[in-house]
Formats: sequence, structure tokens, C-alpha cells
Amino acid sequence: MRTRKIVSIIILLIIAGGFMITFSQIPFGKDKINVANYYISRGIEETGAVNIVTSVVLNYRGFDTLGEVTVLFIAAIGLGAVLFVEKRVQKHTSDNKEDKAKRASLILRTGSNLLFPLILLFGAYIFIHGHLTPGGGFQGGAVVASGFLLIYLAFPKQSINKKSSSVAESLGGLIFIGIGLLGLIFSGYFLSNFLPKGIPNTLFSAGIIPIIYIAVGFKVGFDLTGIIDDLLGRSK
Amino acid sequence: MIFQLILIFIMIILAVAAVVFKDLINAVVACAAVSLITSILFYFLQAPDVAMAEAAIGAGLTTAIFIIAIRRTERHEKEK
Repeated sequence: MRTRKIVSIIILLIIAGGFMITFSQIPFGKDKINVANYYISRGIEETGAVNIVTSVVLNYRGFDTLGEVTVLFIAAIGLGAVLFVEKRVQKHTSDNKEDKAKRASLILRTGSNLLFPLILLFGAYIFIHGHLTPGGGFQGGAVVASGFLLIYLAFPKQSINKKSSSVAESLGGLIFIGIGLLGLIFSGYFLSNFLPKGIPNTLFSAGIIPIIYIAVGFKVGFDLTGIIDDLLGRSK
Repeated sequence: MIFQLILIFIMIILAVAAVVFKDLINAVVACAAVSLITSILFYFLQAPDVAMAEAAIGAGLTTAIFIIAIRRTERHEKEK
């Protein structure tokens, strides 16, 4: 036991030393690397998106974003697959549990009724204005999912329509890939910005970026809602 | 600057508390507080995009998912 502790401390010291050597080499806050300087000076001109983070996430590194969305999708599918089996097993015993499920307090129910549309509106605002203000598809989708979570907490017997939510989710993914393929057709490479850039700082600018962010917003929002739904085990 | 140092200090205390707590609900709430302070720090470091993602996912949804999981399993950590 003691030798194990000594060995683990030595390993931790080696890891800490490695981190210190690595971080001392990185000039934090001193000078930006060339790529970052390029994005800052040319980003708005080349992509039309005022929010530079968005121009990097969806234009220069759009393919990585597609990968991220896919990872989230696979996680949601995996969770659904694992929990689906358990649900079938529990089906016979869950009748009593549903009767026991009490209603949430009046304050929670009224508050969620009032807040739910506002939260959805805010989430939609975040992902529609992803190219203008901070935020984007992932953040907006997470806000939408937290709105659904509030409804799940306040009304334990309600649940989303699984069919339409999976249709929205699939449409989000299809639009993302479809626009990428259209870019391949129109200007030669996957996810290229083939639509007109428009005037920066207006809603209809930055070409394909707002469309993709709306698709990502729907996809992330309903992916996360589906995860919550699977975990609570209440989908019909 | 001093405000950020205070926040980092509170964050370290909360992170240690999350490990030490035997009641797992308390530990999850401490984790959520760490995420929330992280998102405030991201905002001060001029990364509002990351701050929003951290606040919505780290402090909001992850906490809910953890609490649902704890409700399905056991609330208190067992002594060995």
C-alpha cells in the first residue's frame, strides 16, 4: 500500500513537471500566433461574420464543427440505446411509480409556464444572431434544452413528442451536411461559403453561417432534450 | 484583478469540497458552482462565447443530469 502511494506521488510529480515545462514555453498573452492574427485582421472581410469566433468555428474550421455535432449525436443515440432496454424491463413495475409522482409546487409550475417561452426565445435569439453577437448554435441549443428541462421538472407527467423532436434533430444534421455538399458543388470544396456575404453587422449577412447555426441550434437543442428525456425515462 | 483572484480562490475551495463531500448532491452543487465561476472568469478573459457554453452546459444541464443519475442510484457515498 505504501509503495503504491509513493509510486503515485512520483508519477504525479512527473506529470506536474511536464505541465510546468510545457506551460513555461507558451507565451500566454504576449503575442498572438500568426493564424490568430490572420483571423482577426481578415476574418470579417472574408466571411462577413462580425463575431470572429463564429467565423472560425463555422467557416475556417467548419469541418471540425460537423465532427463535434456528430459526437453529440452519437452520445445521444448511445444513451437512448442503453436506456431503451432498461425501460422495457421496467415497464411492468412502473405503474405504481406513476401514481406516486406528485405534482410540482405552484410556484415552480407558474414560473416555468411564464419562463418557458422566454427561454426558448432567448435560445433562438442566440443561435440566429450567432454571427453578430457572442454565442451560436451550441450555446443557443443548450439554452433551449434547459428550457425543456424546466418543463420536465415542473410537469413530471408531460413529455415532448419524440417523433417530431427527432425529425427536427435529423433535419438539423441534414441541412448542415446538405449545405456543405452544395458548397462542394458551387465553389469546389466542402462547406465553402457560396452565398453572398452581404453587409457586415446586419442579420442577413455572412452567407451560409446563419443557416448552419440555426441547423446546429435545432440539432443540439433536441439532442440534449432527448438525453434528458431518456434519463428521466418518460418518453412515449 | 483582485476580484478574479478571489473567484479563483473560491473555485479551488469548491473543487476540493466537491471531492470531500460524502453527500453526492452537495458535491454536484459544488461542481456546478465551479462551472459557474469558470464561466464568469471566461467572461472576464473576454471569451463570452465560451462563457455562455460553460454556463448553460456546465452549470445547467450537467448538474441536472448528475442529479437525475444520483436520484436513480445512491445519494450517500459509502465508507470502505
